[in-house]
Amino acid sequence: MSRPELQAPPEIYYGDTEAKKYTNNSRIQQIQAEMTYRALELLSLPPDEPAFLLDIGCGSGLSGEILDEQGHVWVGVDVAPSMLEVALEREVEGDLFLQDIGQGFGFRPGSFDGAISVSVIQWLLNAETSHPTSSPPHRLTRFFTTLHAALRNPSRAVLQFYPTSDDQVQLITSIAQKAGFGGGVVVDYPNSNKARKVFLCLFVGGGGSAQQVPKGLEAEEEDGQARARFEASRQRQRKRDKNGKRKSVKDKDWILRKKELYRRRGKEDVPRDSKFTGRKRKAVF
Amino acid sequence: MVRLITHNLLACHAKGCTSNNFPLQFKDVQVELREAEFNPDFLRGFIPRLEWGALVDAARQLGDTSLPPEPPEMMDDEFLQKLHHVLLEVHIEEGVMICPNCNHAYPISNGIPNMLLAEHEIG
Repeated sequence: MSRPELQAPPEIYYGDTEAKKYTNNSRIQQIQAEMTYRALELLSLPPDEPAFLLDIGCGSGLSGEILDEQGHVWVGVDVAPSMLEVALEREVEGDLFLQDIGQGFGFRPGSFDGAISVSVIQWLLNAETSHPTSSPPHRLTRFFTTLHAALRNPSRAVLQFYPTSDDQVQLITSIAQKAGFGGGVVVDYPNSNKARKVFLCLFVGGGGSAQQVPKGLEAEEEDGQARARFEASRQRQRKRDKNGKRKSVKDKDWILRKKELYRRRGKEDVPRDSKFTGRKRKAVF
Repeated sequence: MVRLITHNLLACHAKGCTSNNFPLQFKDVQVELREAEFNPDFLRGFIPRLEWGALVDAARQLGDTSLPPEPPEMMDDEFLQKLHHVLLEVHIEEGVMICPNCNHAYPISNGIPNMLLAEHEIG
């Protein structure tokens, strides 16, 4: 399936059903939480001080909950009403706004100690109408300039996103720089297809040298190899037995396991186990 | 869940509306009080960022006159408690926020303000 941002605008894609699905999916929850923790780490706020943060594209407040946990006060903006509705149901602590980030923020200068955003700004890269204010560069410019104004000096904004190409990364970073931000892109696990995560780590002020772009995380090589070796041996084991013959996938163990499972689920008419279970029938001729 | 803490940071962002666009005026509001955790350190750090006059005015509009017209020199606990109540426990559930300059109305429904602009209002 193609990427969600190519299918429909966010406020339509994240309708009632998709918003519920997104929020209840434990895998999405886990990934979202991991990325939020990583984004907070990259924000490098002063420890043990409650901060006032902006959550861009807060959705149903999955990352907001983590900000609450860490003792921060936050404001969330999102363009999908259904997502915000779910957030209301979940009784998150932050203030919520229905706002299109491509139209810019109306916050007073120097309002926030930092901003985070998880999996959002790729949505700005699609034009919904032919109006000039709907073009991606215009929306990005509007977003970054107003965000830059809303942040304190010095502070950081960490935006995780999913670029489809290097051109997109280029476009986004160049517009962010024009808006006055320092910083750059941090890529975690650059050599992994699945774990690869792109963070845009932006600085407001700080005099250049004081703020360095943090390093991305690398997978530990030994660990990766060990896993690969284990995978390979397991695959081999699955395919062939000692004599080099292919093992049947549906052998006796498999059948017994399945029957046990059906019984546990309360299915009726599961045949008894006997010495004939899983045996081949005799050839008739 | 518009609290006064965010209202105090919120200016109008419609096209060409750059001066006198703060603070947004409340109209037809319904207020709900919800308790929140008291955090004196956060409040102390936040006071310099507040536009005090606007906060006191907004609180008066909502019928809360506990805050002094000028921020006091001494941040005693009693004062911080009052500030905490006004900033973080007063939730505006329904109503409209109106820009004093361009009269753009931002409706609040279910505690969520609608900040979306029409195409011709985008800066």
